[in-house]
Amino acid sequence: MTLTLRKKRILMVSGIVLGIGIAATLILTAFEKNLLYFYSPTQVRDGEAPQSRAFRVGGLVVDGSVQRDPESLRVSFDLTDTANTVSVQYDGILPDLFREGQGIVANGKLDDNGVFQAAQVLAKHDENYMPPEVADALNSANAAEMFKNSGHAGP
Amino acid sequence: MYKWIHQFGSPKYFYDVSFRVSFWCGVVCVIFLLAGLYGGLVLAPADYQQGDSFRIIYIHVPSAWMSMFVYMVMAVSGGISLIWRIKVNEVIARSAAPLGASFTFLALATGSLWGKPMWGAWWVWDARLTSELILLFLYLGYMALVSAFEDRRTGARAGAILALVGVVNIPIIHYSVEWWNTLHQGPTVTKFSSPSIHTSMLIPLLLMWIGFMCYFFSVLMIRARAEILEYEANASWVRDLVNQSAKRRSI
Repeated sequence: MTLTLRKKRILMVSGIVLGIGIAATLILTAFEKNLLYFYSPTQVRDGEAPQSRAFRVGGLVVDGSVQRDPESLRVSFDLTDTANTVSVQYDGILPDLFREGQGIVANGKLDDNGVFQAAQVLAKHDENYMPPEVADALNSANAAEMFKNSGHAGP
Repeated sequence: MYKWIHQFGSPKYFYDVSFRVSFWCGVVCVIFLLAGLYGGLVLAPADYQQGDSFRIIYIHVPSAWMSMFVYMVMAVSGGISLIWRIKVNEVIARSAAPLGASFTFLALATGSLWGKPMWGAWWVWDARLTSELILLFLYLGYMALVSAFEDRRTGARAGAILALVGVVNIPIIHYSVEWWNTLHQGPTVTKFSSPSIHTSMLIPLLLMWIGFMCYFFSVLMIRARAEILEYEANASWVRDLVNQSAKRRSI
């Protein structure tokens, strides 16, 4: 079978794209763990996170868990992925978006008591954008829904 | 259709048509950018979490979309030029590269400005940011490679191969936020379910995107016209063009 020059070139071009694509897929699958930007509290509890060196843990700040030391910048809070929780201690300035219920990523080490000593705390923003009024309306709608489902007859 | 493609492949025809494309894209670009900026900076409400800082998405998101779109234009055009050896495609690929690099830089820079107050860091090495940085290096590498050759056509061919190799990075950038845990948030608009952005904020974003698109095509055509004159410097139609304008000037 003889190929025309043009067909050869088409084969070459699709060969490059396909070959690099397969190679990249293999490499990325092999390095999957190293590409994770942070571990979840469940992964930390299961011992998947490194024990001796620094790593990042990400989750939602548990409502009511934030405790600030009035004398210094020390703050402690719990991080959850709704299944498991990790306690975090941090000494430094928190980003604007840090608040209870917000997703954050902390960089640091586990100490001997299983408390995560953070050297850096980053806020993770979610993909939702809305005006404050809409957020309020959504919140009160959710609250009403939960109230209805909880089976109370009235306030 | 086929005839039209063939016509467009002729440098002279391309040179004639591209002027009108450039002009009208430029007009539409100005209208949409003004409307989008007014809508985004004045009419759109502040965000419930980020306040006014979120308004950087009106530059950041269209730039990031364009950085990937321009790369696809460059790679597809490069692929076509490798197979069919069409000069116009070589010209389009090499004219698109600096524009794509600028969009990538803009996306990285605006993201960094937003990241410091919102995340608490100018830069993090998560999968989205890193793959976008690789895209910038691909553009710069392409530009350096193409200009390293004395002969334009050899340079364009070498560049096209590099562009095709780099295509693999585009789906990685897009899906990085879904495949891996990243600090960068997931997609807001480009996903199958309805966008998770309020309509009053989405409309200016789409206007800005159309404006960016038209800006790209307008400037691409201007760059490609200049490039094609250099490519075809010895062709008779370019000489006629030069002689005509010289005559007009002498009158």
